[in-house]
Amino acid sequence: MDKIPILRMGAFLLVTIQVDLYDRLALNLEADLVQMVNKTSAKGVLIDISAVSIVDSFMGRIIGNIASMSKILDAETVVVGMQPAVAITLIELGLPLKGVHTALDMEKGMKLLKSMIDETEEDADEDQTHDDFIAE
Amino acid sequence: MSQKANQLLKNKKKNILELWMKNQLADEGLREDLISNDELRSQSEELINALVTNLSGENFTNLDADEWSPVIEILGGIAITRARQGFSPRETGNFVFSLKEAILEVLQQEITGDQSNLYTESQKINRLMDSLSVVTFETFIKGREEVILRQTDEITEISTPVIRVWDGILALPIIGTLDSARTQIVMENLLQEIVETGSSIAILDISGVPAVDSLVAQHLIKTVSATRLMGAECIISGIRPEIAQTVVHLGIDLSNIITKASLASALAYSFRVMRLEVKKISTVSKP
Amino acid sequence: MMTLSLSKDTIQVLKEQDVVFLKNRIKETAVKIKMGLVNQTRLLTAASELVRNMMRYADGGVCIIEVVSSGRVNGVRLTFSDRGPGIPDIQAAMRDGFSTGKSLGLGLPGTKRLVNEFDIKSKVGQGTVVTILKWANG
Repeated sequence: MDKIPILRMGAFLLVTIQVDLYDRLALNLEADLVQMVNKTSAKGVLIDISAVSIVDSFMGRIIGNIASMSKILDAETVVVGMQPAVAITLIELGLPLKGVHTALDMEKGMKLLKSMIDETEEDADEDQTHDDFIAE
Repeated sequence: MSQKANQLLKNKKKNILELWMKNQLADEGLREDLISNDELRSQSEELINALVTNLSGENFTNLDADEWSPVIEILGGIAITRARQGFSPRETGNFVFSLKEAILEVLQQEITGDQSNLYTESQKINRLMDSLSVVTFETFIKGREEVILRQTDEITEISTPVIRVWDGILALPIIGTLDSARTQIVMENLLQEIVETGSSIAILDISGVPAVDSLVAQHLIKTVSATRLMGAECIISGIRPEIAQTVVHLGIDLSNIITKASLASALAYSFRVMRLEVKKISTVSKP
Repeated sequence: MMTLSLSKDTIQVLKEQDVVFLKNRIKETAVKIKMGLVNQTRLLTAASELVRNMMRYADGGVCIIEVVSSGRVNGVRLTFSDRGPGIPDIQAAMRDGFSTGKSLGLGLPGTKRLVNEFDIKSKVGQGTVVTILKWANG
């Protein structure tokens, strides 16, 4: 069965999607990732979609699902590297990926995750870091 | 067209050309500034040659027939060049009309004594030349439209510059009306530039936009949302008091968008977000 | 203005591999008429939504890819037809948030927002035909 590799790096899980997702592959990813978050008690999930040229409502839903499920398991999800054309299409489709954090690239995504985790550990009431942009 | 008339035109090709050139050169509307006499002559000759070869029997008035395509191609080429060079429609039309005059004149000189024959042949020539004029006009207008389209593209390209105001901060001043087509270009340019420069903040300055209605507001919201999906933030600046009033009166909700009155305050906000500080250097007076 | 069809390509979509093949063909066609990247993405996303509906509700169907021209601009027209159960209430199906299946219900109205022309015809018990058109520069 086709699988997208999930890498573990410290408290984070890294997923780089290199191919255009088809439905079954996306569903597998959702299941695998949630399993991994649970098993490794990861604090954050980084999904790099810079090589993905199409995200339709189904894929969008999977990404949203991953974020919500990880959140329940106490891990934040950051989607990085979305192509401009994909972003425009998702907005027009009516799918703004509410509640999913985004960053321009892996490096910025990693920084964002770290700051979010530091925050929750130090003081839950503290203002959100300014670098944190929650997708509208 | 009858064999006789057909042959006649072939033989009299030279005469027709001379007559046609004479007509064209005598015309007040001759544009020597746009086309030289030699060039005009070679254009005319090319067209006559192609035309006369095609004066065969059956497909004489059927311009869709394959054998007419070289004539139409030549004529189309001439019309398009003229459109680009800036000839007026009248001048372009006269090019074909004066050829008709010339052919009819030659026919009249040659077919003497046989009025009914002259009439039928002239009718045929009339019909043919009219169809050719229509082709000329169509192509001429198409040429003009291409010019206009190219200019529109150029204007939209020019009017949406993305400026890198700081490392990690982009600014995009919008001047003029924002319609759907323009928003598309603005949005695409902005997002592309964000990827290329890795900027995390983009400032959309709308001080040059005359009015913001609900459609424009929707476009702005769309741009901001798309920017956020990519992982950057988009600030809208340059909102004049009148615009703030209309936005509220129209019931448009901009509360999810960071808005600033001026580009300066947007920039100051961006510095704060990026934890940068702009300081005045204290001047130490020298002894 | 009259819309002329310049080329036509019919593709059967019955299994998941066909979907990949279809998307590639649509992309090739869009590239051939010099469609911009963002419009290509919109067209492919719209096609992705429609082909999923076809697979989910009708066990597949047929997609016709056409290059169309209206004067100076070219575009891609896609016709998805299936022999599935059909849609009883098209107006409801075209509303945001409506879904009979387990989805967000963005499929049809979202697809409509991504393309220049959208047409849907459906007869209960006979099937559904959806036609979309995207101009190269529209």
